[in-house]
Amino acid sequence: MSIENLKTYDPFADAEADVDAVQLGGKKEDYVHIRIQQRNGRKTLTTVQGLPPKFDRKKILSVIRKKFACNGTVVADENMGEVIQLQGDQRKSMQEFLVGKQGLELDPKIIKIHGF
Amino acid sequence: MDASEERPDTPDRKQRKSVVFDTEAVVVEGDGTVTKMASAEAAQDSAQSHAPSTPPLSDALGAFTNPNEAPVEEQAPAEDGLDLSMMKKKKKKSKKTEDADGEAAADGAAEEGGLDLTMKKKKKKSKKTEEDELAAKIAALEMGEEGAEEKADEPKEEQTGDMEKGTGIWTHDETKPVSYDLLLSRFFNLLSQKNPDHASSGSKNYKIPPPQCMREGNKKTIFGNLPDICKRMKRSEEHVTSYLFAELGTSGSTAGAGQLVIKGRFQQKQIENVLRKYIIEYVTCKTCRSADTELNKGENRLYFINCHHCGSRRSVTAIKTGFSAQVGKRRKMRTG
Repeated sequence: MSIENLKTYDPFADAEADVDAVQLGGKKEDYVHIRIQQRNGRKTLTTVQGLPPKFDRKKILSVIRKKFACNGTVVADENMGEVIQLQGDQRKSMQEFLVGKQGLELDPKIIKIHGF
Repeated sequence: MDASEERPDTPDRKQRKSVVFDTEAVVVEGDGTVTKMASAEAAQDSAQSHAPSTPPLSDALGAFTNPNEAPVEEQAPAEDGLDLSMMKKKKKKSKKTEDADGEAAADGAAEEGGLDLTMKKKKKKSKKTEEDELAAKIAALEMGEEGAEEKADEPKEEQTGDMEKGTGIWTHDETKPVSYDLLLSRFFNLLSQKNPDHASSGSKNYKIPPPQCMREGNKKTIFGNLPDICKRMKRSEEHVTSYLFAELGTSGSTAGAGQLVIKGRFQQKQIENVLRKYIIEYVTCKTCRSADTELNKGENRLYFINCHHCGSRRSVTAIKTGFSAQVGKRRKMRTG
């Protein structure tokens, strides 16, 4: 026998999940970080770190290179795993790609754009 | 409808009469009025032909204050099957007008200056209905169209009554439904009245002095007023610096006089954006949005923000300086 009233939506579920994520700190790689770095002159690099492992980075990269008309590589980092590196400031288009229907359809909430 | 209570503020009551006409509950009545007006205009040729039969203005006024007139009017729109509510409203109105006449003729006249136009039209219409029922049918047809226009006019009329004095629509025993917008504005009025400090701290936006950026050489940026800004935010300089470096993906050092030297070219706008992010992330209280907070190191290497304003406490993500170092290294690796 169940009491319907007790099966309410838990308003703190989100908050608790959030706290968990914070407490796990760097261990929980559930955010996709898009960062920008300055190179010499006006040139920049865009790095995409923390993509879910179910995606093939190489394939993504080949699509992106065509789409954004830029070059890029997959850099294997011992701490951060495989990081996609793109030439130029591709933060916005990358974000759109990750969220969009044409792209990976990720949750916009898990994408963090860093930099200025 | 307690006349004695309302008596002190006749103008308000007068206004409220118009409210009675135009609140949602009485839309039909309002429609009827407008329709009559429109029909008088639409069937103008007939109106003109009946010109002698339309009464002069003074007569119209008299008729308007005359309660006996109301039932005559009712008969025209009765075909719409809405007469019941109309009757009620009409009676109310006539009663009120009687009160007004008995009490203050002078201000009544002033008020009627605004109202008599419609009333006269109405009168005209009623005369007409007595004479030809065709016009009434036209009126019934046009009711729908005119309804829209009437609704557009409504809000103006509804804004009657002084909330603080409790007159008009805000009268204590007023039974009319008050519109949502009015209620909402009333709520916010009361809220700001009752807690003035609430409003001031809530709406006041948090201000920091704009960061001063200078170029040092070609590849470095000097962030001049970092200590100033840190003091304003009540955060340690190290924390802010490490956040800046992590976000900008660079490194740097502190020069004398608390200046921060950042590697790379950055404009003031860009630094400002990063600082804004920092404030959102590490300064403002998520619960009450106040910036009166304190960053503390809690147990097991977590940072917590304590709000002095609302007393809430929340944990914040640590700045991943390690990661930014990694990025820096990678950049160094790439560029040689």
